[in-house]
Amino acid sequence: MRERRQRVERALEESLEPVHLEIEDQSDRHAGHAGARSGGSHYRITIVSERFGGRSRLERHRMLYDALGSLMEVEIHALAIRAFTPTEWTEQRS
Amino acid sequence: MSEISQEVLDQIDEAVKQTPILLFMKGTPTFPQCGFSARTIQVLESYGVPFRTVDVLANPLVREGVKEYASWPTVPQLYVGGEFVGGCDIVCEMHESGELAPVLEQVAESAQGEAGSPEPSDASG
Repeated sequence: MRERRQRVERALEESLEPVHLEIEDQSDRHAGHAGARSGGSHYRITIVSERFGGRSRLERHRMLYDALGSLMEVEIHALAIRAFTPTEWTEQRS
Repeated sequence: MSEISQEVLDQIDEAVKQTPILLFMKGTPTFPQCGFSARTIQVLESYGVPFRTVDVLANPLVREGVKEYASWPTVPQLYVGGEFVGGCDIVCEMHESGELAPVLEQVAESAQGEAGSPEPSDASG
C-alpha cells in the first residue's frame, strides 16, 4: 500500500510543513483482527513541525486529523501520533 | 457521517456529563478488542480510580456518534469531568509525564464523595 502511504505523506507535508516526518506502516502487525478486514491501514506517525508551537496535544492531533481529512475515514484504520516542535524533538533525542 | 441522530448525540452528551471518568472503547476492560483500547485501560487501571467504559462496538450508532460528538475520528476516547482528554497516545503521554494523575484524582475524589461505591462498572451503552 505504498500509494496510500504517499497520500498520507503528501497531505501532512502540504498542510503542516514538517521538518521531520516518519510514517511507519504497522498494518501487518494487525492482520486478521476486525479492523484489518475493513482494509484500512495502521500507521505510526512521528511529525516535527514549527506549527505545533504553543498548541496543546489535543490541538496537535486535531491538526493532523484535519490535514488527513477523508483519508481518516476509509484508508486509515488506526493512527498512533507523536507530534513535536523542533525544540521538543531535539530535547526528545538528547 | 451526518446521519447521526440528535438522540444518539444527546445520549453521549448525557453519559459524558454524568460520568466522572468515562472511556469510549472497543470491547470491554476484560476483553479489549483493539490494542489502543487495551493500553488505555492498562493506564487507567494503574491509578485504581473508578471509571466506566462504553463498548462502541456494541452499537454502530454510538461508534459513529462519539466521533462526531468529539470531532475526533478515532476510538478510544477518554472523558474526565465532562472534558475530552484525548485518545490512547495523549493518555499515555500524560501518564508518562505525570500530568494524568492530578486530573484523574481530582475528579475521582469528588465522585467517591457522591456515589460511595468506587466499583468500576460497564455502561451498557
